[in-house]
Amino acid sequence: MTYRVGQRVRIAARPHEGHHRTPAYCKGKTGRIERIHASFPNPETRAYGEDGLPEQRLYSVGFNPGDFRVSVDIYEHWLEDAE
Amino acid sequence: MDRAVHDRGGWPTDAPIDRSEHDLADWELLTDALAHVLAGKGLMNVDELRRGIESMPPDEYEQASYYERWLYSIETILTEKGVLAPGELNA
Repeated sequence: MTYRVGQRVRIAARPHEGHHRTPAYCKGKTGRIERIHASFPNPETRAYGEDGLPEQRLYSVGFNPGDFRVSVDIYEHWLEDAE
Repeated sequence: MDRAVHDRGGWPTDAPIDRSEHDLADWELLTDALAHVLAGKGLMNVDELRRGIESMPPDEYEQASYYERWLYSIETILTEKGVLAPGELNA
């Protein structure tokens, strides 16, 4: 699924044993797409010697965990529609 | 939520953040150069470098400096790929 700027999304809370780029502090949080960066080889497979294909789209997701704002770069397969 | 030792963001702490800089030692510069050469030759990519760092036992991770973690990872990944024999660097 492709997301658009401004769309509400939830960052998946699923456990993942191997290398991945979704920090624990943002798992399960809901925010909005702020920016669509580009697509990149998937580091989750590339970290184990594979080619990282198919590429995954990378988004900037903004949310408010407290009285401050956080923007975090999250790959598409870690996002869920929260509209 | 369970998290690995390297996944530091959002850890509650009252400890001050050490923002001091230090000059890099020769071995640290060489370690950086080595990682880039290995990437350039297609022997090891940055995601593998990170994965190797994340495989460190948590107490070793806490004790190690930034480039000590890189060295641990480079040795781990190159041994895994058979570029280095197990224990070769200890000889």
